[in-house]
Amino acid sequence: MTVLARPGWDPLPVTGLTGTGDLTRLAVRRDRIGLAAGIYVIVAAVTGTAYAFKKLYPSAAGRAALAATGGGNPALRFLYGRIDGDSIGSLTTWRYGIWAGIFAALMTIFVVIRHTRTDEEAGRLELVGSAVVGRQAALAAGLLTAAAASVAVSVLLCVPLPLAGLPAAGAAALALAIGCCGLAFAGVAAVAAQLTSSARSARGIALAALGVAFVLRGVGDSAGASGPSWLSWASPLAWIQFTRPFADQRWWVLCLPLAVFALGTALAFVLAARRDLGAGLLPDRPGRATASRLLSGPFGLAWRLEWATLLGWVTGYVFTFWACGAAAKGIGQLFGTSSALQREFTRLGGLGVQAAITNAYLAALMLLAGLVAAAYATSTVLRLRSEETGELAEPVLATATGRIRWALSQIAVAVAGTVVLLAAAGAATGLGYGLRAGSVGHQVAQMLGAAFAQLPAALAVAAVAVLLFGLWPGAAVPGAWTAVGVAVLIELFGQVLQLSHWVLDISPFTHAPRLPGGTVTAAPLLWLCAIALALSAAGLIGLRRRDIG
Amino acid sequence: MSDVIEVRALRKSFGRTRALDGLDLTVRAGEVHAFLGPNGAGKTTTIRILLGLLNKDGGEARLLGGDPWRDATTLHTRLAYVPGDVTLWPGLTGGEIIDLLARLRGPRSAIDPKRRQALIERFALDPAKKARAYSKGNRQKVALIAALASDAELLLLDEPTAGLDPLMEAAFRDCVNDERHDGRTVLLSSHILSEAEALSDRVTIIRDGRAVETGTLAEMRHLTRDFVDAELAGPISLDGVPGVHDLVVQGTHVRCEVDHAALNDVLARLTAARVLSLTCRPPTLEELFLRHYSSERFVAGAQG
Repeated sequence: MTVLARPGWDPLPVTGLTGTGDLTRLAVRRDRIGLAAGIYVIVAAVTGTAYAFKKLYPSAAGRAALAATGGGNPALRFLYGRIDGDSIGSLTTWRYGIWAGIFAALMTIFVVIRHTRTDEEAGRLELVGSAVVGRQAALAAGLLTAAAASVAVSVLLCVPLPLAGLPAAGAAALALAIGCCGLAFAGVAAVAAQLTSSARSARGIALAALGVAFVLRGVGDSAGASGPSWLSWASPLAWIQFTRPFADQRWWVLCLPLAVFALGTALAFVLAARRDLGAGLLPDRPGRATASRLLSGPFGLAWRLEWATLLGWVTGYVFTFWACGAAAKGIGQLFGTSSALQREFTRLGGLGVQAAITNAYLAALMLLAGLVAAAYATSTVLRLRSEETGELAEPVLATATGRIRWALSQIAVAVAGTVVLLAAAGAATGLGYGLRAGSVGHQVAQMLGAAFAQLPAALAVAAVAVLLFGLWPGAAVPGAWTAVGVAVLIELFGQVLQLSHWVLDISPFTHAPRLPGGTVTAAPLLWLCAIALALSAAGLIGLRRRDIG
Repeated sequence: MSDVIEVRALRKSFGRTRALDGLDLTVRAGEVHAFLGPNGAGKTTTIRILLGLLNKDGGEARLLGGDPWRDATTLHTRLAYVPGDVTLWPGLTGGEIIDLLARLRGPRSAIDPKRRQALIERFALDPAKKARAYSKGNRQKVALIAALASDAELLLLDEPTAGLDPLMEAAFRDCVNDERHDGRTVLLSSHILSEAEALSDRVTIIRDGRAVETGTLAEMRHLTRDFVDAELAGPISLDGVPGVHDLVVQGTHVRCEVDHAALNDVLARLTAARVLSLTCRPPTLEELFLRHYSSERFVAGAQG
């Protein structure tokens, strides 16, 4: 440890890492809820998947058939990766190995950037740095917090999987592989945090690295024997399945993510030591000295603030739903191997079992598109609140721009963004499915319709945010996200938990038609639109009457 | 000529905190009016009520002849505002924000490019930089340039020079003097007294949500004392002379504060003892301010 070169007047042996312990405790304290939730989601998703496979595929023959169809479908391999065997553990690794790795990576990326570049950009590190705290303590604290979360994921996963009857060695390999994936991306995020002076761009760089890792292994995994399957080795996400948990456990593969973590950490510390506080290594590009014609009026401002975010969402939607749509072909055979599921779907009657299963799958995809679009719309509406508390609304409202025009501009962007997202979901699903199943035009048109059927429900959820922002601004953020959470919980788990009808009816999505395959009636859609309008109008009236700030 | 801002017995509470407790404030057309008070006195609350961001609990407020709450958007076409703590959208450049704020002010309030350029040069701002890269002072400059480049008839400036260096502060003073010549009205909230002293025609001092004093500086000094510092040829006794306060005599050196009414009498006594050197000056606003608040605080402390 080097002592900072301040001889003569600094008697304290302050090293670059002094204060790391305090900052780590502070970071854990600030993130305790988010980290606990993130760790819980990862552990619950993997464990729940293992239990579900155990219940749905009790026979070895059924599992073998699932492994054969799942492993044979390139679109599914793009989404979920490779299958190494047909045990419950292998199937769990296939279905949730990579995705648990993605969640772990998201968690560590957000933690590291939040405690390094975000704090630095906000000026909080300056305050902390003026105390007896080393120059690199914040970086070390962010990495330690992320590492602790990764270790927690690994440890907590090791317990329930063997309880579900999975071999302990395989469970340990899967748990460690997922935790190490989180660690690898903590290293990536630590480097990204040194590159730019903006936390947003730093997060963007790290998330782009995660996206590239996903696509690299997606191409490699779906390529088949003759294709460039070696590409997967370049992706930390694929290393989870290359560890081969529940097969022959190649423990040495775990060295790869650990090496990425070590290299990233070392590089980040070297870079951090060489730069000034607040500065990035990539220069800030100068912008326009005058505003373009587009940036005039509150709508121009709202669009300028939101378009980049929307572009990110649309890109995510197109990739995800294209792959999910492509996977729809052959999805019937996949589920057909579980006799319990087959009985369930035969009950639905009418169409052939395969078609019914495909339609149900596509309808579930559109429901998912609607739920996530509702979350997008809510977060976009809530920008009004963050602009208000960030004192950015004040200069706008001190001009001839009225409150209602200001709020409506942001709401208009939220609505337009939701429409674009649902269009992307419908078109991408239709294209992905149509290109493999034939009749592209018909599929795209049908899926666009199915996606837009979710629009009123998504807007009704987001209208809660408008209502709260106008009437109870202090409760707007937690209240609006609670509304989204309630809708998600009811839609995803309501049927399973056998909730009574009036509880299910709370969620607007219960009233949206299940397309394709379902029937459309206008009344519920019109009711949802009317409710969305009424909630928004009440919110805007409240906004006109209340104090700002 | 009518008053641009008329505030009578204005009240505003946030929960149990009483921010404004019967405030009176009158700003005449064409004057630079300083609005002085310590932090938390209610200056920003007053300005926010005048901007229609907050609704008053009681009393009266008129702005440019209209109701600041009801007619907010129409009134805002005629004014420009600089907040005390300027925050900007981090991804936008300073130049973009200056143009945006001008355009938001209304379609007719197009910004004069020459005037804009002149102000940018005067304040030495780099308009192509993203706002996240600006220091506090530079953010302040962006808001100031946006306000000064507008053709608004009223400028509401909430502690506009906090964060500016002395050079930029001087540039700001020049700008405000130009505004005065152009006949614009300026309400300048501040706790920097020298600034108000250098710039303002009239002053309102506010404390705990009330105006404790208002008027021109000359009027206020009328209520107060001059400082007298004299070197004399021989000893003198001013003890017990009415109107003399805080007397310090060190040999032939005399320092004291003198009420205006007693000044002639005191000077006569000094010249009688033969004056070698004499300084007699009005109190700075700093001294006015200190005395006003410290004495009240003293009284409050004695009662508490």
